[in-house]
Amino acid sequence: MRNDAQEEQAALATRIMRKQAALSLRVAAVFVVILVGTPLANLYAPDFMGSKVGGFTLTWLFLGIAFYPITWILSSYFVKNSNKIEEEIAKEEKQ
Amino acid sequence: MIALLFVIAITVATVGLGIWATGKSKSTSDFFVASRSVGVGLNAAAISGEYLSAASFMGIAGLVMKNGYDSLWYPVGYAAGYLFLLLFIAGPLRRFGAYTIPDFAEGRFDSSSFRKIAVTFVLFIGFFYTMPQMKGAGVTMASIMNWPYWMGIAVVGTVITFNVVLGGMKGITLVQAFQYWAKVFAISVPCFVLMAVFQVGTPHAASENNARLKSDGAIKVKGATAYPANVVTMPSEPSWLYFPKGAKIGKIELSRKLLPTEPKLTVGQLIENAPKVVLKGPIRDAKGKEVKANYHDLSQLVRGDKAEIPENTALLVYDGKPEETGVKTPVSLKFQFAEATEFRIWSAARWDGAGGTHGQVEAIAPNAPPDAKWLNPFGPLTSKWGYPVLYTYSLIIALVCGTAGLPHILVRFYTNPDGRAAKRTTLWVMVMLGGFYVFTPIWGALGRALMPALYASNATDSVVIKVPTILSDPLMGQIFSGVTSAGAFAAFMSTFSGLLVSMSGAFAHDIYGKILKPSASPESRLVAFKLAAVGVGVVSMLLGLFVETFDIAMMVGWAFAIGAASYFPLLLLGAWWRGLTKTGAAAGMLLGGLASLTAIIGSMLLDKKVIAADLPPLLRALMEQPAIWGVPLSLVTMYVVSRATAKEIPADVNLKMLRLHAPEELGLSKNYIEG
Repeated sequence: MRNDAQEEQAALATRIMRKQAALSLRVAAVFVVILVGTPLANLYAPDFMGSKVGGFTLTWLFLGIAFYPITWILSSYFVKNSNKIEEEIAKEEKQ
Repeated sequence: MIALLFVIAITVATVGLGIWATGKSKSTSDFFVASRSVGVGLNAAAISGEYLSAASFMGIAGLVMKNGYDSLWYPVGYAAGYLFLLLFIAGPLRRFGAYTIPDFAEGRFDSSSFRKIAVTFVLFIGFFYTMPQMKGAGVTMASIMNWPYWMGIAVVGTVITFNVVLGGMKGITLVQAFQYWAKVFAISVPCFVLMAVFQVGTPHAASENNARLKSDGAIKVKGATAYPANVVTMPSEPSWLYFPKGAKIGKIELSRKLLPTEPKLTVGQLIENAPKVVLKGPIRDAKGKEVKANYHDLSQLVRGDKAEIPENTALLVYDGKPEETGVKTPVSLKFQFAEATEFRIWSAARWDGAGGTHGQVEAIAPNAPPDAKWLNPFGPLTSKWGYPVLYTYSLIIALVCGTAGLPHILVRFYTNPDGRAAKRTTLWVMVMLGGFYVFTPIWGALGRALMPALYASNATDSVVIKVPTILSDPLMGQIFSGVTSAGAFAAFMSTFSGLLVSMSGAFAHDIYGKILKPSASPESRLVAFKLAAVGVGVVSMLLGLFVETFDIAMMVGWAFAIGAASYFPLLLLGAWWRGLTKTGAAAGMLLGGLASLTAIIGSMLLDKKVIAADLPPLLRALMEQPAIWGVPLSLVTMYVVSRATAKEIPADVNLKMLRLHAPEELGLSKNYIEG
């Protein structure tokens, strides 16, 4: 009986963590690509990154301004989906 | 004096609001219960308010002014670090119900001994984080009151410490939220005014003339005790200098080390190269008054690598032009002043060919990086040791992982009602921080365009306080400088108070209450807390005196690097990997954290020349930015040692995982703090 309960716990923990981790890693992957890619773009495509857009070069425009809204989009996507996963699991388990 | 009024106003408002809010909630548990009904918006503002420290308010602007593009990684990292916190830590940690890291360590591994190790890092990270706050206080008071640096630290540090000891930082959610909005106002409004008045603001508008000085060319420099803030690198063009009688130069060197492939060039040659000429027209002192001064050749004044100025003197410094000397990139002379003085500098670049130059041309600010280096990636900050890409990535890792390892920030997530609200709050924190940080580089650009003299006096950290004073209406200048001073004050007040509370709490609750004397009564713990607060305050002030020459934002970056190599791996693996054991976690945290700490302290002592060693530049880069090896070292150690000690895994590890990850509706969460 006790073993059953423990196995159930283990299975549930695995299921929740898998779902959440898949989402977290997906968003993190996009973010890591941006973090790793920005210095690489600066290094290997300096002319492109140095092109002028509205008084700024792309380098400054991206890191000084555009970076923030990008992280907001990523985090709001994550929060919406992560909380959806929680609601689904709560519903399933209560049944 | 007007600025002082603003500073006093923000202090009184903060303390008063704290007292009012404390009166409304009588006990700690009242506070927590009340805060559970607090909305996401207020909570997010409170977290942002505590987070925006002197580094955010003053330091980033100063670092952007000093080093240009590379410094943008600081605000980006400070804000974007919350994304990692959100993806992996915020929700689970809130649900686990243990909101200090020592509590988490104890709850996750059923081990009270691990608490002791976890608590030491609260102190390491805390002290690193207090140093830049103290520097902020010293610099602000020096700027607005002309106090000596130590006096600003002593007065401000004492006031804040006593406020914490007397309990004035309670009711903290409301106070911190207020401080967030005060800081946003203070960084944005004067910024808009200056941009409108002077029509600059983009980094490119600020770098069209290599940061030439404005009008009078007067430069205040510090003496040898302030090393390396007494170092002045002359521009890469011929410049006229005017020194008052008695000025002492302790050391004259070349501005950079020559590469082995470059022709040998000595300081003596560079001095001899200067043409023997006099300046046409009168010589004026810093106040614009005509002075009697004689022309000297620098070679007549130099004794060894030192020089003494016997009378009011004008002299020409010459640079090592690549086309004349064969060096690859420009070289110039670098002076270390032995005593504080004020000198003037004009450009001698427009040679008239007839034995003289025009004296009215504004000089390039000494110490200022040229436009191309300032504007482009891999500039002076990251290529300091010749490994710019490595340095950049290491800095990014420190900032992004370090945010998730700051003890005084994680505590604040407890005031969220549940894991889902914790995630929503984090999202709003990121929006609020981004809205603030977007202004900080503009200040750096404003400083470069409008007040390049700050480069020469090594005072870029004071840019947000100083720049508003150049508004042509002196009253307006005073008022807007007062606004930014008040913002800076709010910044180091909120962060220093928060750190003081969490560090004194660690002493009183963890070290005294759990380790030294578990039988201590609540009253004696409160006494211990107050004594600890005084002790921590005094130590912070003393450490603050030592760091005047370090950039504020750099120092906070170091606190992040230590957090990234100690707490971040603990929380990440603790929340997601069942196989982590207490021995593994402790080993990784100690090894990664202490190795990073040692590297950083070593790097600071080398910079200050407290210790002397000629280490290879690659090693120096890795010591100054240790995250690139510190974080993997910690993670790998945790994995390997945990594998070896797998029998330590708690029997109820699955239940713990459910507590971390299962939605609250399933009723598996538990509050470690009774609310």
